[in-house]
Amino acid sequence: MSAIPPLLAVEGLTKSYGGIHAVRGVSFSLRAGEILALIGPNGAGKSTCFDMLNGQNKPDSGHVRLLGEEITGRKPREVWRLGVGRTFQITATFATMTVRENVQVALISHEKQLYNLWGSAPKFDRGEAGRLLELVGMGGYADRPCGELAYGDLKRLELAVALANQPKLLLMDEPTAGMAPRERVDLMRLTASIAREKSIGVLFTEHDMDVVFEHADRIIVLNRGTLIAEGSPAEVRGNPQVQAVYLGEGLVYDARHREGTSA
Amino acid sequence: MAFYVVQFLTGLASAASLFLVASGLSIIFGVTRIVNFAHGAFYMIGAYIAFTLTERLSGAFGFWGGIVLAALAVAVIGVIVEMVLLRRIYHAPELFQLLATFGLTLMVEDLVVLIWGPDDLVGRRAPGFRGAIDFFGQNIPSYDLFLIVLGPVVLGILWLLFQRTRWGVLVRAATQDRDMVAALGVNQKWLFTSVFAVGVFLAALGGALQIPRDAVHHAMDLRTIVEVFVVVVIGGLGSIVGAFVAAVLVSELNAFGILIFPKISIILVFLVMAVVLIVRPWGLFGKPEAAARRTPGLTVNPWRPLTSNERLAALAALLVAAMLPLFAGNYLLTVGSEIAIFVIFAVSLHFLMSVGGLASFGHAAYFGLGAYGVAFLAKMAGLPMIVCLLLGPLLGCMGAAVFGFFAVQLSGVYFAMLTLAFAQIVWSIAFQWVSVTGGDNGILGIWPEKWAASPSHFYWLALGVAASVTIALRAMVFSPFGYALRATRDSLLRSEAIGIDAKRIQWTAFVIAGTTAGIGGALFAYLKGSVFPDNLGISLSVDALVMVLLGGVETVSGAVIGAIVYKALNIWLVSQTDLSKLVLGGFIMLIVVVFPKGIVGMLEMLAQRRRKSSPPGSPLLAKPIESAE
Repeated sequence: MSAIPPLLAVEGLTKSYGGIHAVRGVSFSLRAGEILALIGPNGAGKSTCFDMLNGQNKPDSGHVRLLGEEITGRKPREVWRLGVGRTFQITATFATMTVRENVQVALISHEKQLYNLWGSAPKFDRGEAGRLLELVGMGGYADRPCGELAYGDLKRLELAVALANQPKLLLMDEPTAGMAPRERVDLMRLTASIAREKSIGVLFTEHDMDVVFEHADRIIVLNRGTLIAEGSPAEVRGNPQVQAVYLGEGLVYDARHREGTSA
Repeated sequence: MAFYVVQFLTGLASAASLFLVASGLSIIFGVTRIVNFAHGAFYMIGAYIAFTLTERLSGAFGFWGGIVLAALAVAVIGVIVEMVLLRRIYHAPELFQLLATFGLTLMVEDLVVLIWGPDDLVGRRAPGFRGAIDFFGQNIPSYDLFLIVLGPVVLGILWLLFQRTRWGVLVRAATQDRDMVAALGVNQKWLFTSVFAVGVFLAALGGALQIPRDAVHHAMDLRTIVEVFVVVVIGGLGSIVGAFVAAVLVSELNAFGILIFPKISIILVFLVMAVVLIVRPWGLFGKPEAAARRTPGLTVNPWRPLTSNERLAALAALLVAAMLPLFAGNYLLTVGSEIAIFVIFAVSLHFLMSVGGLASFGHAAYFGLGAYGVAFLAKMAGLPMIVCLLLGPLLGCMGAAVFGFFAVQLSGVYFAMLTLAFAQIVWSIAFQWVSVTGGDNGILGIWPEKWAASPSHFYWLALGVAASVTIALRAMVFSPFGYALRATRDSLLRSEAIGIDAKRIQWTAFVIAGTTAGIGGALFAYLKGSVFPDNLGISLSVDALVMVLLGGVETVSGAVIGAIVYKALNIWLVSQTDLSKLVLGGFIMLIVVVFPKGIVGMLEMLAQRRRKSSPPGSPLLAKPIESAE
């Protein structure tokens, strides 16, 4: 097992803004086919951490390795070429293009046809684009302008786009934020089944604990920039430190700890 | 040594006026997010009114009073403009704001000539600063010393105004977050109006203070606005200190540039600007802005290739156009050729602007470079016409490759200002480098060879090239590259996240558009038999923008219709009136305010409504698409 490097290995990731340590010495790893949730309260450093994984943001120090290869500080587009797909907390799609065209752009990029001036883009990988849309349940929306979609559908489209380059690793920043409860469950079930079938590693951040505990194989907890817990959903649920962070100190700590803290 | 000191002081004196205008532009941009193209026009009106007042009013009090009164009068004009025009377009895409204020500039140019006449006016010397001071045998005008002191004084007053007054606090707050300021119960309307008035006052004061140094003339607006754009690009838009430092820097570079490159002094300024843009794309004192709004941004419906019926219709229209020589006379055919050439020019800009979301305000540079390319090859190398036509546009291609590289590092208004500044630099080179370009006299005697000499043959040539270029660019919209380009326009974040090198894609589009414009310019040189600096001037760049806008900035090929309608109207208008700029300027403002979708855009919308026949206007079409980030 130790001979094969893990899919994603993060080591001592650190980033500060001015005097504020947004992320401090965060290390964790992720196996292929594993679904790992990164949770923590607002301001814990989740998004900063996330952005450093695919090059959206540069760490002050620390390493990110993909299958043993150093990808720290690489540009997002280079990281994508190595097989890392990503969805955004606030969806980023091509609003004036149709749903199918959104996927086709990703396929064009994947097949390195970006500078092809004379081919027909509407016909480009039409079948593959349709298949990806079917996979995320958007087959019926292919010709709709992307700007018309409901938010939940945009999230599913982002998933289809992220799958276009047959990624090894999916990074999903709050994939279900802004969705109806029913949609949340559906989207995560879908993601989990795709990930297990294709053996894709998934790292996601999430505020909805029901989603986290139902779908994550493993959970890591971030608070004030540092990792405070790691383990299975059951272990994390039972961890007093995590409960303190989420539920407030008064409920867990005894009176001795409460001294000096203001309610 | 004394000479260099004097040269340095002259530079500092020029900086004062430039700083006043640039700081006004920066303050207005900071709060309203409008880049006021008409700022040069306000500067010019300030100078003209000050000229009149200082002539009428006597004595020292009359002179200085006249200067201040002139600036106040222009500020009042500014308030009227803000209330009548700008309040209608604060939420329009920035391209429309730039165009509307440019329309205003055009109108002012004609009005100024109408009121004060076309001749240069030399103003009074300033009372108390008439003489010169001897500095080791060199003369320094004492008025220059006054200006040198004035610059920092105004900077200090502005600083106090913004740090120590309630109004200043509101302005600074609005600069950071105007929605928040509105939510706190500040009357935004009057805040915007007062800010605009202050900015315009500064511009007019800058103009008025120039009259003892420079003659007042009706082209000073464009020269100033370009310099000011360079200043704010270097200093950082929105920063007053940046405006001051950059004004000094640019003025000194101008003062010493003349000593180093006497013929093309502007090169030095360009080199500095290029370095600043590479090191700090948002200027020395500017702050990086969040991703700019997309330029075409009303409602873009998904595009689709033409259906086979539509293709037949387009082919039929082309055939009808090709039959023009059967019944039209020579004059009409020449007009037809000119229109065809402008179709090439317009579709090239349309490709960059609508497909790429990059609104160039200096696209004529590449058109003109193509024309000069032909002129050099035909006159100096004596090459045959067909070779010239093929190789001439390469000059446009090279220009676009160099300038485009820098321009695509920026977006939105910065992109617009930078492309404008580049075009003006190319214009200056064509104008100043007389030994190569012939300067103002241009290069004459570039006539087509026999096979293309007759008006009908030339018309067919121009029409054929225009049709091929339009088809090729349209095919490119629906090529994989076209999709990638549209992707970078819609969301930079998503493009980068799926492996697209957005800057490189945009640069490629810039080069394609520049080369295509060069093809138009090459034909234009043969049509006119000559090339002049005007072939790469600002007014030609704006013609292209208006053609695209008139056709419909959200359409795939609306520019074709826009070019035909606009050019035909323009040629007719110039033959009818001397005040063509006044009419054109009013026309531009009218399109922006009431008709922003353009001709083809309107037609498409009507067709869509009929097809859908669902509740009128189907709210989805009327809903602006928010930037996806």
